[in-house]
Parts: sequence; structure tokens; C-alpha cells
Amino acid sequence: MSAAVVVTGLGVVAPNGLGTRAYWAATRAGRSGIGRITRFDPDQYPARLAGEVSGFVAEAHLPSRLLPQTDRMTQLALVAADWALEDAGIRPQDLPAFDMGVITASFSGGFEFGQGELANLWGKGSEYVSAYQSFAWFYAVNSGQISIRNGMKGPSGVVVADQAGGLDAVAQARRQIRKGTAMIVSGAIDATICPWGWVALHTSGRLSTREEPSLAYRPFDEGACGHVPGEGGTLLILESARAAADRGARVYGEIAGHGATFDPRPDSGREPALRAAIELALADAGVDASEVDVVFADAAGEPHLDRVEAQALVAVFGPFGVPVTAPKTMTGRLYSGAAPLDLAAAFLAMEEGLIPPTINVDPVADYELDLVVAAPRPAELRTALVVARGHGGFNSAMVVRSDPNAATRPAVNQ
Amino acid sequence: MAEQLTLTDLMQILREVAGADEGVDLNADVLDTSFQDLGYDSLALLEAGSRIEREYAVRLDDSTMTDATTPRALLDVINASLTPA
Amino acid sequence: MTGRRVVITGVEVLAPGGMGTKAFWELLADGRTATRGITLFDPTPFRSRVAAEIDFVPEEHGLSPQEARRMDRAAQFAVVAARGAVADSGIDIEEFNLCRVGVTIGSAVGATMGLDEEYRVVSDGGRLHLVDHAYAVPHLYNHLVPSSFAAEVALTVGAQGPTGVVSTGCTSGIDSVGYAAELIREGSADVMVAGSSDAPISPITMACFDAIKATTPRHDDPQSASRPFDGTRNGFVLGEGAAVFVLEEHDRAVRRGAHIYAEIAGYATRSNAYHMTGLRPDGLEMAEAIRVALHEARMNVDEIDYINAHGSGTKQNDRHETAAFKHSLGDHAYRTPVSSIKSMVGHSLGAIGSIEIAASILAMKHDVVPPTANLRTPDPECDLDYVPLHARDQATDAVLTVGSGFGGFQSAMVLARPDRRIA
Repeated sequence: MSAAVVVTGLGVVAPNGLGTRAYWAATRAGRSGIGRITRFDPDQYPARLAGEVSGFVAEAHLPSRLLPQTDRMTQLALVAADWALEDAGIRPQDLPAFDMGVITASFSGGFEFGQGELANLWGKGSEYVSAYQSFAWFYAVNSGQISIRNGMKGPSGVVVADQAGGLDAVAQARRQIRKGTAMIVSGAIDATICPWGWVALHTSGRLSTREEPSLAYRPFDEGACGHVPGEGGTLLILESARAAADRGARVYGEIAGHGATFDPRPDSGREPALRAAIELALADAGVDASEVDVVFADAAGEPHLDRVEAQALVAVFGPFGVPVTAPKTMTGRLYSGAAPLDLAAAFLAMEEGLIPPTINVDPVADYELDLVVAAPRPAELRTALVVARGHGGFNSAMVVRSDPNAATRPAVNQ
Repeated sequence: MAEQLTLTDLMQILREVAGADEGVDLNADVLDTSFQDLGYDSLALLEAGSRIEREYAVRLDDSTMTDATTPRALLDVINASLTPA
Repeated sequence: MTGRRVVITGVEVLAPGGMGTKAFWELLADGRTATRGITLFDPTPFRSRVAAEIDFVPEEHGLSPQEARRMDRAAQFAVVAARGAVADSGIDIEEFNLCRVGVTIGSAVGATMGLDEEYRVVSDGGRLHLVDHAYAVPHLYNHLVPSSFAAEVALTVGAQGPTGVVSTGCTSGIDSVGYAAELIREGSADVMVAGSSDAPISPITMACFDAIKATTPRHDDPQSASRPFDGTRNGFVLGEGAAVFVLEEHDRAVRRGAHIYAEIAGYATRSNAYHMTGLRPDGLEMAEAIRVALHEARMNVDEIDYINAHGSGTKQNDRHETAAFKHSLGDHAYRTPVSSIKSMVGHSLGAIGSIEIAASILAMKHDVVPPTANLRTPDPECDLDYVPLHARDQATDAVLTVGSGFGGFQSAMVLARPDRRIA
């Protein structure tokens, strides 16, 4: 059995709270960050609501030399990384450079920056395109910029698996720690709320066009009608349990298990692979379904996808077998940032012993889910499951637990 | 005749396209301070070079912006190409 | 699960100069170049107008009109290469637990070509800031998120295991295969269809490389424009293409009687934490990646018979890399042939790392080291044996291939004959 990998720091930027404390205060109280788009005039578009991160002033946190060369998502990510390191009590300059890595998920890259440079190219001429375009919009930019800012020379990487990639990145970080790297910054931050990004998101056919924030994103509800996009996410500090213990670090919990699958062709007649991903994550963690205390659902907000998820959860946990929640009803879907934010929510929920609510939802009865709606639910939480799915068929599931010392049973062999 | 580029112009352009290092006073006499000490890397200089080419309607060699190590050296080269032969 | 070894049992390459693995190898063995003036768009306004392009007609490679329409060119390359690799391996995916058959595709810039084209439409030629959704094609979302490449490959080969895109700039092609190998080694997968693809020859990519003067402005002689390690080089030549492999757990591949090209014996990636586009001249981070990859392979430096270099043809890279080889291999660096196939097929960003893995395993198959074309005036600061101009017959049992990318990524992979002596 491989050594435990634990989370010792969180850096949260979310539409309903900037910073871990603000996010959790809003989330446990069911406070939403969804509203009409302010970053551009959305009047002409069918969807006009988003979960925007408000109150973020990049100049207040980052050197001015970095600002012209970074997209908003990178600015958010650099600050989230700073906060996560600070939360973990780690000063990167004190650690050997090759012992620190950065593995993030990406979704659309620096899309707003890209829109600006495409506008320069086609509106003015190729000589107007910025030198920074060569990296500011590409998918690897957050990992690269975080490693440079913090002097981290260890294993780095970037995975893209639509909205499931955030968990895959954390799993890859865990893999590298097991191979010997002391600490890795992992997770994802996304921000695609610009006109060009909005139009591209629109073509997914999954954006909610409801005008009322309380009616727009209602996963598992009769009125499910798509989702509201959001921006932000979470960066986490992962360390080996031993390294964390040696330096007396506060531990949020353990990354205990992961499973990732891809759906068969819809016309194949085969079962969607989400259930398999969940079962693989449980097996990897050496956890029986009955030990899971709460599930943070993917909560697509599309009736057919909600049904697939409900069926998978019922197949694994039984009807009404485990409390399920979707705090992303308060933030919108943050694409690759969504699942890392759910990991943060899971650790914070376990810490307080409180399941945050799913807001605006009255669950369809025949989904047979024990959805925590309206109000938070106190509960003793030791083990949580986070589920993430991406457009096209990506499934990823991760088991986390509050006490790494609970990891004493051998992993169930696959 | 094309107008000449001054130190003030150059510093202003650099500030706009690449920001300014917090520890450096760009308003001081930095004519002979190295770009490295001013906190500007090759990308910042290339970005500034592209702006100068557009605003001053001048064509700079690929290596002009990265070969010059100080504002004085750079201004000399650029202004030489701005002066009509 | 420790002790699981990973081998390559299938390969397909789409590279400039001839489609398919066979044509690719013939180009390399002959030392021919596939760089030319850009034809994919009108390059007149650009500083650099040279590239290594593929003459690619989707329908000739089995793509349906629907597939050709919804996929970006790079996704098309990936799908065609994946089908070819699976066919080459002779594997029947259906015989496996499908949730243990995965896909990783590397790509540095995703659907940049499709995004460039569609942006022009929805912005009305760059005029509209509030771009018009009424003109957006339905597959624009798939261009937005490059994981669509991996999804298309998974659907086409029938994989249901871990699937994703690895996007670490110009090391994506090594990192994608390295990631896949790690999944098999740890026991999360038994088969991975892994490789990479990029099709970056579009106006926005040319413009941004123009802005940093990274690409060569040598228009007068496009066939010899890519000159790694040559004293007259002045930038890289953009390329495009894909290479995809079938990776399997060694024992199972042996049991099914598969042809084994090579074992992925070691892999590592490190960051320079220095600069998004710049490299430190000492090459220490690449040297560390090489050291760790060799350690994982349990091989000594003198077991490396050939180094397939990143060799992009920028002065900065060529010197950085030369220093890295000396740091990591010591005196053996001077005794080992080093070559850059980018001299022939250009630099296809995220794709090239996989294409170079293909070149490495083909070098082992044929016992031939491919040359560095166009190397006629050696850079005195690059003083290793770069195999100028002509391929060389040489017994080749183990190859080191490396990559270096924007973002500071430095990756190294050791490929070896599986039947070599294990320490």
C-alpha cells in the first residue's frame, strides 16, 4: 500500500467568496454568487447569468510586471496558489526546488486574453499581436507561471479533461508525491467569461437561459434546464502524510482514492461509465460504499445527465443511501475549477461536521437521492466522495477522508 | 522627419506594455542602468519593440531589442534608424 | 502492482513529407526535409512564412464528412493516427476490460486553427467585441476545450478507461506518453492509446511567434530553413502532425504475441521555474529530468546509444540542451550521437515529442540513427556529435529523447529494447 497523500493548504477563489473563509461562510449558509453578467453586456445572448468572482483586484496581489502578460484565470490562479501556500505554512524559498511541483487542470486556457489578440490580429494586423500571446492563452500557462513565481522545479504537468480534469490533476499530483516529490500545488482555476468564451460555451447547448438566478441552475429538479457558468476554482497543497507530520502541518485530510473512466458511445447500448469511476475510486481508497458519509455530486443540471448520475449513485450506495449535495448550485459550474472547489468544500465540511446545502432544488422523487436541500445538515463526516463529469463522456471520482490514519486497511485489489 | 525617441518615451512604453518592477524607480536617471536591473526581460523588450515599430513607423532588426543591454544603447540604435539618411 | 513494465506495441505517425510511419522513416533515413513556403493560408503579411505542412485530405484517411466537419485538423490527425496505431498493434480492445483501456493525447495549442477561423466569423473579421453567437458553428465548444481530441480518440477506439489531454506546451508529446505509461505501471490501466497531435500553422500562431522572433524568417531557402545546432540558424520552423502509440503492460503483450517496438523504461519531467519562454544556459533542469528518467530505467548513462534531441533550431535551445547532455551524461555525451529530426519535419509543438518517440523506436528497429539535416556550419558552442546530414548505421538498443517547452517544462524519456539485460 502506497503512502498516504494529504492536503495541507487551500486557496479558494469562488463566485460566492474570495478566499477559503469567505467561500465557506457563504456556502454553509446557502448564499449564491450567481447574477447577471457584469464583465460584458450580455443583452444580446440567450444566457445572461454567470457566477463571477467579484472583488478581485489583481493589482493588489500581483506585481505589475505580471499583469500585462497574464489572463484573468492566471491572475486568479497565482493568487490562489499564494493563499494555498500561506494556508499550508509553506515558504517555497525554504524548500529544495526539485521537491516542489505544480500540476493543474486546464479547460479553455486564457481565453479572454486570446480574444484580445485575435481581435488585434484580424481587426488591426499581425504586427499588433502581443509577444505574450505565445503563452498567455495556452493551457499550460497556470502551471508554468505558478512554478516560476514560486521557484518550483519538481514534476509539473497539465491535464485537460473538460470538467473532470480537476480531479485527474489532483490524482496525478498524488502519483508524483508517491514517487517521491515532497509537495505539489494542484487543482484548477478557470475563467472563460468573455464574449468569445461565452459564445463558445453557448454552443454546448447546455447553458441555462433562465433570467432568474434562483431558477437557472437546478440539478436533480423537475425544472432542470442547463447550467450557469462560473469562474474560479481551488488550488490545493498536497504533501506526503509523512512530510506533513514531520513539519507539524495542519492536515485537512487525505486524497484517498481516484477513478477515471470514459463513457461508451451513447448508441452502444452499454452502461455509462460513471458508476465504474466511482467504484474504482472506492476500491483505490480501500473504502466500502457504506463508509462514505457524503457525496459532492457533479450535478449537470441536464435531465438525462442528472438521471445517469442518480442511477450511478443509487447503484453504488442504494436508494437514499448517502447524503448528496451540490454546492455548485451557488457558484455555477467552474469547468476544470469545479471539482477542486468541491474538494475544498468536502474538506471544510468534514472539518465542521456540516454538509452544505444544494440551493434552489426540489429533487425529483424517483431519482431516490437523499439530496441535502435548503439548509445545511450537521453530520459526522469522515469520508467524502467528489464526482466530476466532462462534456463528451469524461468521468472522474475522488474519495477524500478527514483522518489519514484511518488508511490502515489494505487497498482492495482491482 | 521622424521624431526621436526619448528615454521618457521608452520608459513610458515599457511601463505600458510590461509593467514596472516594484523595486525600481523608472523616473530616475536610468539611461545606463541595464534592462536586467530595471526588471525587463527579452519579452518585455520585444513587446516594446513591436509598439515602437508601429508608433514610429520604423523597422527594427530581429536582434535590435535583445542585443542592447541599456536604454542608452537601445535609444542610439533606434534613433539612428529614425534619422533620415 | 510494482514491477509492471510498459511496452509500445503499435505506432502510427502523420508527419510532413509523407503520410504514415513508413514514409516518415524513409524521410528521416534519407535525410530529406519537408519544410516549405506556407500554403495553408496567405503568409504574405508575416515575418516568418516557412512551415512543415502535411498534405492531408481527411476523406482519404477514412474520416467521414461529419467527422471532418466537427473536428479541428489536429483532432483529425489524432483520430487517424490512433486508428493506425491500433491496427498496427493488432490488439483487439474488446478483449480487455474496457475501463482499463485509456487514452491520452498531448497537444500544446489545441484547436488553434479552428478557433482562429471561427473567431473571424463570429467577430465579423475582428470588428465585433460582442461576438455573434448566431454565426457560431455547433462544434465550437469542441474547439474551446481540447480534451475533445482525447474524447474523439476514445470513441473511435472504444476505450472507456482514463482519458484526457496532456497540455504542457512543447513537451506535451513526451508527457502524454509518460503519463500513460505511469497509469499502466501503477495498475490503473492495462492498455493506453497515447500520443499527441498539433496543427498550429494558422495566422494567430505565426503572429505570436513572429512577435517573439522565435521562428525563422528564412524565406529564400525554405527547404533548408530548419538548422538545429548550425551556426547560421535563426529560429525554428513550425510544423504539424501527430504520432500515436499503443502502450501495453509487458507480460500481457508477450502473452498475446504482440510485436514489441520498445519498452518505456524511464520518464521524468521537471521545470526550470525561470521564464515562460526563456531557458537558463546551464540546462540543469533538463539534466535532472534525464537523470531521473535513467534512474527509473535502472540504466547507466553509457547504455544510451542515441539521443533524440529537442533541437528546435534556436540558439538558446541548442546551447541549453547541449549543456544538459553534458551535465547528465558526462563524457558519454561526447561519444553519443545526438540528432534533431526537427531539421526535417519542423517543430509541431505538442505533437513533436511523440513524433520524436516514434523516430527513436524506429531507430532501434532499423539500427539507424537519423541525421540532423542542414547542419553544414557547426555552432562552435555546440560541440557534440550531431550526426550531420546523413543517417548512420549503428546498433541502437536504448534511446534518450528529450523535450523543452514554454512554461519551463523539461522532459526526458528512455526507450529501450525490452530484451536488454535488466540490472
